[in-house]
Amino acid sequence: MTHYTSVTDEDRREMLAAIGVASVEDLFADIPATLRLGRPLALDPPRAEQEVFEELRALAARNVSTDDEVSFLGAGMYDHYVPALVDSIVSRSEFLTPYTPYQPEVSQGTLQAMFEYQTAISELTGLPISNASVYEGPSAVGAAGYVAKLSQPARRRFVVSRGLHPHAREVLRTLSHGWGMEVVEAPLRDGRTELPRLDDEVSAVILQQPNFLGAVEDVAPMAAAARAAGALTICACDPLPLALLKPPGETGVDIAVGEGQSLGNRLDFGGPSFGFFAVTEALIRRIPGRIAGEARDLEGRRGFVLTLQTREQHIRREKATSNICTAQALNALAAIVYLSWLGRRGIVELAELTLRRTAYARRRLAELKGVSLAHEQPVVREFALRLDAPVERVLARCREQGVNPGYPLAREYPELSNGLLVAITERRARADIDRLVDVLGAAVLAESAAKLGAAA
Amino acid sequence: MIGAADDELTIYERSRPGRRAFVAPALDVPEAPLDELLPTSLRRAEPPRLPEVSEPEIVRHYNRLSKRNFDLDTGFYPLGSCTMKHNPKLHERVAALSGHAHLHPLQDPRRAQGALELMWRLQQALAEIAGLPHVSLQPSAGSHGELAGVLLTRAFHEDHGEVRTKVLTPDTAHGTNPATVTMAGYEVVKVGTDADGNVDLDDLRAKADAEVACLMLTNPSTLGLFEPGIEQIAEIVHGVGATLYYDGANLNAIMGVCRPGDMGFDIVHFNLHKTFTQPHGGGGPGSGPIAVAERIAPYLPRPQVVGRDGAANGGSEAGYDLDYDRPKSIGRLRGMHGNYGVFVRAYAYIRSLGAAGLREVSEVAVLNANYLLARLRHEGVLEYLPSAYPRLCMHEFVLSGAPMKRELQIRTLDLAKRLLDHGVHPPTVYFPLIVEEALLIEPTETETRETLDRFAAAVAEILREARDDPSVARSAPYRTPVRRLDEAAASRRPVIRQPR
Amino acid sequence: MAEANYPDDLLYHPEHDWARVEGGEATFGITWYAQDALGELVFFDAPQVGAHVTKDEPYTEVESVKAVSDVFAPLSGEIVAVNDALSEKPETINEDPYGEGWLVRVRLSDPAETESLMDAQTYEAGLE
Repeated sequence: MTHYTSVTDEDRREMLAAIGVASVEDLFADIPATLRLGRPLALDPPRAEQEVFEELRALAARNVSTDDEVSFLGAGMYDHYVPALVDSIVSRSEFLTPYTPYQPEVSQGTLQAMFEYQTAISELTGLPISNASVYEGPSAVGAAGYVAKLSQPARRRFVVSRGLHPHAREVLRTLSHGWGMEVVEAPLRDGRTELPRLDDEVSAVILQQPNFLGAVEDVAPMAAAARAAGALTICACDPLPLALLKPPGETGVDIAVGEGQSLGNRLDFGGPSFGFFAVTEALIRRIPGRIAGEARDLEGRRGFVLTLQTREQHIRREKATSNICTAQALNALAAIVYLSWLGRRGIVELAELTLRRTAYARRRLAELKGVSLAHEQPVVREFALRLDAPVERVLARCREQGVNPGYPLAREYPELSNGLLVAITERRARADIDRLVDVLGAAVLAESAAKLGAAA
Repeated sequence: MIGAADDELTIYERSRPGRRAFVAPALDVPEAPLDELLPTSLRRAEPPRLPEVSEPEIVRHYNRLSKRNFDLDTGFYPLGSCTMKHNPKLHERVAALSGHAHLHPLQDPRRAQGALELMWRLQQALAEIAGLPHVSLQPSAGSHGELAGVLLTRAFHEDHGEVRTKVLTPDTAHGTNPATVTMAGYEVVKVGTDADGNVDLDDLRAKADAEVACLMLTNPSTLGLFEPGIEQIAEIVHGVGATLYYDGANLNAIMGVCRPGDMGFDIVHFNLHKTFTQPHGGGGPGSGPIAVAERIAPYLPRPQVVGRDGAANGGSEAGYDLDYDRPKSIGRLRGMHGNYGVFVRAYAYIRSLGAAGLREVSEVAVLNANYLLARLRHEGVLEYLPSAYPRLCMHEFVLSGAPMKRELQIRTLDLAKRLLDHGVHPPTVYFPLIVEEALLIEPTETETRETLDRFAAAVAEILREARDDPSVARSAPYRTPVRRLDEAAASRRPVIRQPR
Repeated sequence: MAEANYPDDLLYHPEHDWARVEGGEATFGITWYAQDALGELVFFDAPQVGAHVTKDEPYTEVESVKAVSDVFAPLSGEIVAVNDALSEKPETINEDPYGEGWLVRVRLSDPAETESLMDAQTYEAGLE
């Protein structure tokens, strides 16, 4: 018997008798003998729960988490504080263990939470229609591209800002290949997306707010140009800064998507988190994924159901708006609990605190010898720097001091070969920032000296 | 919006201006004027309308809401094709360990060795279970794994200078299969099912030609039946140069018994949220890793988790890394490295059960399904709900409610709704599409025999009741938080957010 | 409309569509059988006036809660009117499939095509 099954030898005998076969082996009679494995899988033997716990604990201990160092890593996922009530609610069996709410009569908890979540996303983005969430941020950008493709089948090109997260750009290229679509990049000038030239071949203009280098984009002129060319505007947004920034719905964006991890979800080495997905009224029948809607029961009471399901794969099959099957219901639940915890005023206070600490950090770091700003645009939670020293060596020195200064940009932005992306959250107090300034300053100095020494 | 009773209000309806839960950390940096930091032209005019509620109210609201859900930890959930097996509690504990839960995905790989080793070991284990040598953990869900698989197929053909336009799917397939095919830029061609519930080999032969890129198959099929002709199917498909794709939705039936790779499949996706116990979360998160044959490996998504020996690692110590240098890769399917939190749970599960345990899982899953079918027969249920394909099943089976509808005047939907009053989650209904009034039942291995007995008795009881008065089932359920909901009205005039 | 009903004055297409031909124009709709099979209709995707429809090819879709169905043109021509009331009340198709639930009015490009359509008796016989 395994840890989680309950068939005793006696059970097995009686169950086989009821079925009318002699052995469990007989139940597998349809599997040709030539295909039987004929040996045990080459896996380790079963372990006790405590042994597995110890092994997983030992593996965890070999990772340097944001609890183990002062981390300024961001680049799409952020080390925010997750309040205790989120853990308490999302760990409830009633939310954790059900399937997708196919039977609405016994799924009102999940369905109503989805409805509340949709409302909050709609408010943040300024767009009327939100689904119940998709996998995560960059694949949401891909899904948005598919909406654009389906809405305008004759148009063959996406124009993508170089400020869009590199992962999202890569996902879009992966998918576009199968659609026979071309992906063209709009370059950045001083950190912001240059207004691209658009023609009637362009299906959508895709940008990010704030962009990958932290710059706040002026979205409205982009969206206006896209509209004039008959293209859709897709904007990937960081949800917390939307407390301060013009909502995409007010700047002419047709589809707002984004990575939702910041909203009450842990880092989890990159997942699971969720992607949010909101659109204009005009795209209601094109939006992918689950949507919860209000309904009335036989007795006239209010309830909630999955609605507009004819868009989806289980009904429309090869003509569906997406192949997506689930939402990230539990992660989206964490988000609505978190957003309720922050509340209407709290989210602004949090965003303003982050904004001010970010400004402070940016100013202090830019004053360091050998450190300069990669761009001068306004930033809200993250910013890019240029170092006058090899970034990987600088990072190594800082980490030895228990400080992780951020994300090196060289792989994805060769033009910023010693670039560094620094993210600030409410978990990084002024003292942490001051420590970063000291440690990074010293490391850059040491590495510049080493470089000069090597040159001499 | 429709008005609601006090204890059924939304979080928005509980909101009162000025209430709050959040207290911000103190401002410890200079308070520069906002306009200097962010020009007014870029700022929003008013704060987003989020609920204004106190912490006690939030806690009470969501705890109350939770009680309006049916969940696996409370009751039997025989939802066919979904593998609603027990979610071990250990997994939540280990996934929440700080070293896993608070690890940033862009941490330098040298400082995330525990996570990369876990991923690498999970890849090895899944490769062994599938009988295919290479694994990518990146896809976020089964449907995402399918998309990866079809894009891999495209990359494979293109690399061999071939343009193919069609993908075959059986008419019993999950809806995700044809939707995926279109999303990957192919045309769907349906293959029929024969009288025994197997792929119609003649139809397959007729449709398999040089235009075909791939056949997507679930085995055991969505009818809960193992394809006895799988070797011939592989021969036909490979004979025209196409790939064979395995939808892993039903892997729970065959672990350690036989392997998709040995059957001839080139690409497999796993549903870690089905077979490997990731809790379903009310509809996500999941995870859909893929395993592939040697000839498909060059195209796998990047980055790929690799184990490096000491020399390759530039030192004496062996280690794990993320390999981005994969020139033939289809590229990324998502951000970061996949749903790591799900990998932790799946890995813990495989470690707990080991080879013997996984095999027992499949044996008991199949035993439980056949036993439940036998109990339903014993209770007389099959007279009204006959087995769609009367033979031994694998881990799940399909009944047809057509005679019940004819003779007892209740539909499969009514039976499902009435089961809710018995405290059981109904099986999957109206799928597969080729079975009239279908009921797809998957008990899983973690249920006791007594639970299965009780379920069979409950179905029998509902049929007896319908014989006397079909209207009872037709208006069911009665004991649920809400009764049957008017989905048509909800679709005609959708209200999908709280009105302002 | 609770009972099956196939009026004699209409022509029928095997994809469960009907046409009422009046001179050079015809009104199209879906049959009682089609609306019954789909269940309560929730959405009619109104096509554009001026669009061309081709016999035997889909020209729009109707949706119920859990099904979506192509609607096939029984005859070819140009759409001259669309039943806009259905956008607000698609359930009219269930209630009155041959009257208020009509879908489009078409100026026929090839009136001879009517010869291949069925009369009510033939269509009804084909349903069994």
